[in-house]
Amino acid sequence: MHAAVTVFPGSNCDRDLKVAFEQAGFKVSMVWHKDTELPKGVDVVGVPGGFSFGDYLRCGAIAANAPICKALVAHAERGGYVLGICNGFQVLTETRLLPGALMRNANLKFICKPVDLVVETPESAFTAGYGRGQVLSIPVAHHDGNYVADEATLDRLEGDNRVAFRYAQDINGAARRIAGVMSENRRVLGLMPHPERAADPAHGSVDGRQMFASLAAGLVAA
Amino acid sequence: MKATVHVMLKNGVLDPQGEAVRHALGSLGFNGVEGVRQGKVIELDLADGTSEADVRQMCEKLLANTVIERYTVELS
Repeated sequence: MHAAVTVFPGSNCDRDLKVAFEQAGFKVSMVWHKDTELPKGVDVVGVPGGFSFGDYLRCGAIAANAPICKALVAHAERGGYVLGICNGFQVLTETRLLPGALMRNANLKFICKPVDLVVETPESAFTAGYGRGQVLSIPVAHHDGNYVADEATLDRLEGDNRVAFRYAQDINGAARRIAGVMSENRRVLGLMPHPERAADPAHGSVDGRQMFASLAAGLVAA
Repeated sequence: MKATVHVMLKNGVLDPQGEAVRHALGSLGFNGVEGVRQGKVIELDLADGTSEADVRQMCEKLLANTVIERYTVELS
C-alpha cells in the first residue's frame, strides 16, 4: 500500500497526513508541487490542508494548476484514490475532479473547533468502517468552507449518494450542511474537516483514524 | 497592450462579503443600499498581438472559477 502526499508552498497539514497514513500501514511518499509524476505504484494521493500559494486568487486555484496536479488528475481518471482535506478539498474542486466550490464562510469568520460530523454513507473505501448516521467528532479549521453548487448538482449528489459527510449543525453556511463529497466512481473524496487531526489519543479524538484504516483495508487496484 | 478582466460572482450565488459590506454601510448611516456584490478586477500587461480569445482562455483556466463566477474581458 503506497500513499503519496502532495506538498505545495503553504501546505501545513502534509506531515500530519503522512503520519495518519503511516499509522494505517501505508508507505508514504511526499511529492513536491513541481514534480510531474507520482511515484510508481501509488494507490492513493492525499492533498493536504493549509494555505497553498497563500490562498492567492482563490483558495486552491493556483495549486490546482501546479504540475503535480496534472499527474493527480490522471491518477484519478484511471481510477486511483484521492483524498483532499480542507485546502485539499478546495484544490480538488478547482481541478473539477469534484463538483461545486468552497466559498467564504457565511459568518466571514475563520472557524477552528471540533464539530459533530455525520457519516452519510458507508459506501466508499473511505467511509466503509463507519456506520450510516454515525456522528464523529472531527476538527475543522477553515475560512472558506461554505460549499456551494447549483441545485441540480446538489440533487444529483444526494441522488447518487455522493454526499459523504454532513455537519450535524450549520457552521459555515454550506449548502445542505455538506462537509464532504465524492466523485462518481466514489474514489475521490474531498472534505473540509480534518480526520488526520483526530487520529491519535493526544488529539482528543480518534474518530478520524478509521478513515485511513478502512482505506487501507478496502483499496481495490485501479 | 492591456486587458482588464472583471470577475464577479454569478447571479444567484450568495456573496457573504458583499452582504457584510452592505451592513457596514448601513451602520455608517448610508441608507438605501439595497445590495452589494464584491468582485475582482485583474489588469494584465500583454505582449502585442495577444487575442481576446487568449485572455478568455486565461479566465477559463485560472482567473475565474466558472462554477461560481462570471467574467468580462476588455482590451485596450
